[in-house]
Amino acid sequence: MKRRDFIKIVSLTGGGLVLGSFIPMSVLGKEEGFTSFPGDDPKGIFKPGPFLQIDSNGKVSIMMARSEMGQGVYTTLPTIVAEELEVDWESIEIIQADAGFDYGSQATGGSTSVRLGYEPLRKAGATARAMLISAAAIMLKEKPEVLYAEMGFVISKATGKKLSYGELAVEAGKLPVPSDVPLKDPKDFKLIGKKIPRRDTPPKLFGEAIFGIDVRLPGMVYATITRPTAYGLKVKSFDSLSVKGNSHIHDVFEISTGVAVVGKSTWEVFKAAEKIKVEWKETDTVKFSTKATVEEAYKKLNEPGGVIKEQGDVDSVLKSGKNIVEAVYEVPFLSHAPFEPMNCTAEYQNGKCEMWAPTQNPQRLRKDVAERLGIDQNDVTVHVTFLGGGFGRRLVSDFGLEAAEIAKKTGKPVKLTWTREDDMKHGVYRPFGVYKCRGIAGESGGIKAFEHHIVGQSIRQQWSKDSLKPDQYDFAEGSKSFPYNISDFKITGTILQTPLIASAFRAVYHSQVPFVVESFFDELAHSVKIDPFVFRRDMMQPGSRARAVLELAAEKAGWGKTLPSGTGMGIAFFEGYDSYCAEVATVSVVNNRIKLLKFVVAIDCGIVISPDAVKSQMEGAVIFALSAAMKGQITSKNGAVEQSNYDDYPIITFDESPEIEVHIVENTLKVGGVGEVGIGACPAALSNAIFAASGKRMRTLPILNNL
Amino acid sequence: MPEYKLNINGREERVVVEAGTPLLWVLRDELGLTGTKYACGKGLCGSCTVLIDGESDRSCSIPVETVGNRKITTIEGFAADKNHPIFKKWIEHEVSQCGYCQPGQILTVASLLNRPEKPTYTEMETALTGVLCRCGTYPRIKKAVEELLKERG
Repeated sequence: MKRRDFIKIVSLTGGGLVLGSFIPMSVLGKEEGFTSFPGDDPKGIFKPGPFLQIDSNGKVSIMMARSEMGQGVYTTLPTIVAEELEVDWESIEIIQADAGFDYGSQATGGSTSVRLGYEPLRKAGATARAMLISAAAIMLKEKPEVLYAEMGFVISKATGKKLSYGELAVEAGKLPVPSDVPLKDPKDFKLIGKKIPRRDTPPKLFGEAIFGIDVRLPGMVYATITRPTAYGLKVKSFDSLSVKGNSHIHDVFEISTGVAVVGKSTWEVFKAAEKIKVEWKETDTVKFSTKATVEEAYKKLNEPGGVIKEQGDVDSVLKSGKNIVEAVYEVPFLSHAPFEPMNCTAEYQNGKCEMWAPTQNPQRLRKDVAERLGIDQNDVTVHVTFLGGGFGRRLVSDFGLEAAEIAKKTGKPVKLTWTREDDMKHGVYRPFGVYKCRGIAGESGGIKAFEHHIVGQSIRQQWSKDSLKPDQYDFAEGSKSFPYNISDFKITGTILQTPLIASAFRAVYHSQVPFVVESFFDELAHSVKIDPFVFRRDMMQPGSRARAVLELAAEKAGWGKTLPSGTGMGIAFFEGYDSYCAEVATVSVVNNRIKLLKFVVAIDCGIVISPDAVKSQMEGAVIFALSAAMKGQITSKNGAVEQSNYDDYPIITFDESPEIEVHIVENTLKVGGVGEVGIGACPAALSNAIFAASGKRMRTLPILNNL
Repeated sequence: MPEYKLNINGREERVVVEAGTPLLWVLRDELGLTGTKYACGKGLCGSCTVLIDGESDRSCSIPVETVGNRKITTIEGFAADKNHPIFKKWIEHEVSQCGYCQPGQILTVASLLNRPEKPTYTEMETALTGVLCRCGTYPRIKKAVEELLKERG
């Protein structure tokens, strides 16, 4: 039986509400699902590249090759294709791509989906449009110059005759694919820049959208893993006597990360996994504590580090200068804690592995699984589901590799589900960092010297056999250039690795370094009694995009207006991912209680595909960054992560959430990133506002523990 | 292993599971009603919210044997009316991001709107404070809920 026949059966027998298919069809409420382009007759199909296809009935399908984890690419990426194609948006079908070989990178991270997809996807749409017009010229015996495309038709200006894309598909398919086609003038955009309803919203609200954890296959069994008492330990031996005789537990066996328990339902394997007795191979990991690591980092902070970047002569300015400001900052490890726990469904048969994964990195997963199972990449299929949050956690293949190992052993389709506690304790983490800043502000403004020493864990070093050179230290991301005119600065760094696997995180090091730099520059402004907004603005190039967003945020927030006692405003700036962002926070501090009142965000990300998606991402980024700054920290003792769930790793709640106002700079400049951009300035804007409100400077995150 | 007779979305369902199995896993694994989400398993986040006789509760913390003949409504059952004012508001304000917690948010609001007395904003805020969202959709939930309360008159 073919997979899609399976799927039909699931949808009929699963209680009437299980739309057992993978993404696109289930979203659209259809019963069949397969993630290559539909259509059995290749002769009747026009497919001028990997991203779109038109069949002879005029059905337009657009392939979406990135992962939808809340940021809206499921809608924004196809919008870009449809814009150039000149087609009725409502009629197009969106298909979630499997891990492929033709789409370029499918890794959804680094705020790249729209930033890197914009040109190729426009070109894909424009190429198809040009070919449809050429086909119409042949069929109508008219010159291409008198033809234009609109809403799925090619129309003749001369005769008024028109042919639908469906009627043109076969003829267009015979034509050579042109290499250089003209793109539309942005002033003619009909979809880009408008409010296009997100295609994934209704099915998500109705409980119909299929996340990884919702995948159900006929004959599927369930699995979870008994995991080590300390991070990363390996199995020495295990005893499964306690679950012997339980007919709902089918199998218990060792895998690379622990002991897999396979059974009839998620709940039953969760309960059984708690009962398995495992002896673990003791390693040095059990001595690891974050407290000792941070203490060591503070020692290294006072020893010289490797020079990452130096300009001018900081040492002599600092030696001869007065009014030196010195401050030390600290940020903790963080867990991504996306709401959908790690999970993956896999089936291994006849040397082939088929997977359904909520992954940000399907191509990486395919490669890793092929290596782990010793099979060819062509024998690994990775279907991508919706992701219940990602934030960088799902760039890593760990959960998928485990599912593949278990599937190979069981020979049945198996869904592996991690518990929330597993994800909190055995995940990968945004690394910690400690930072020492020294600097001097000019009495009438400007920064005369800035010295910044970073001690932190390097993600890059952990995967590199060679020792990184200081200019390769990834934890200095965001520290090496400024929108401000500073002639004398020096950035140094010291690597301090830990057994916790450091990982990408929403904005990665931009989630921490800008907190330090933008807080310290605030301290410098206050040291010479200059308004922190004015201090920043006057160091920025007049007419620059950076200065424009800073001014926009300040203006919209009413910077400088009189505030009630105990209330303060803080401002911070961030530049990254080809975008510019400034945030103004307003908070009150009464009896040491912080209330988050309002955040005003100004962003310049060049051409905007969906203004509402940008706003939504800015709102989400502020709240995500506030969870981290106010509450988030992962600590480890005796090698074990101490946090386990949302009670000891809390996040911002509905009642704590501030009012958020987003202002987008309108222009037609090069498209910039969005998803991570709102993170950068947030924690510094917050800490600067707390200082303005209370006179207390927050240099250690999370803040709640330290006020 | 005992059999339980449940009233789910207006249908009688029979399931054979161990006593102590949380309603969440009965819905998801036994009945395929995967719109009810697992996120914390400890009643901390509200993603698994269902309506029990019209009132919101955490299905991850309700052992199946305690359900009895009470009427369970999951998001799939609630979505029998896709034009419900809550859905309309949620779509109008494009509330959802990753969407994972939204069934829980929606059913929490539904529970309050089900009350004979119009809930106050404070009551709504208290209820929604128990339903977490990692993507940070709170400002839009707030906007949608304020309008729903206003329109209820």
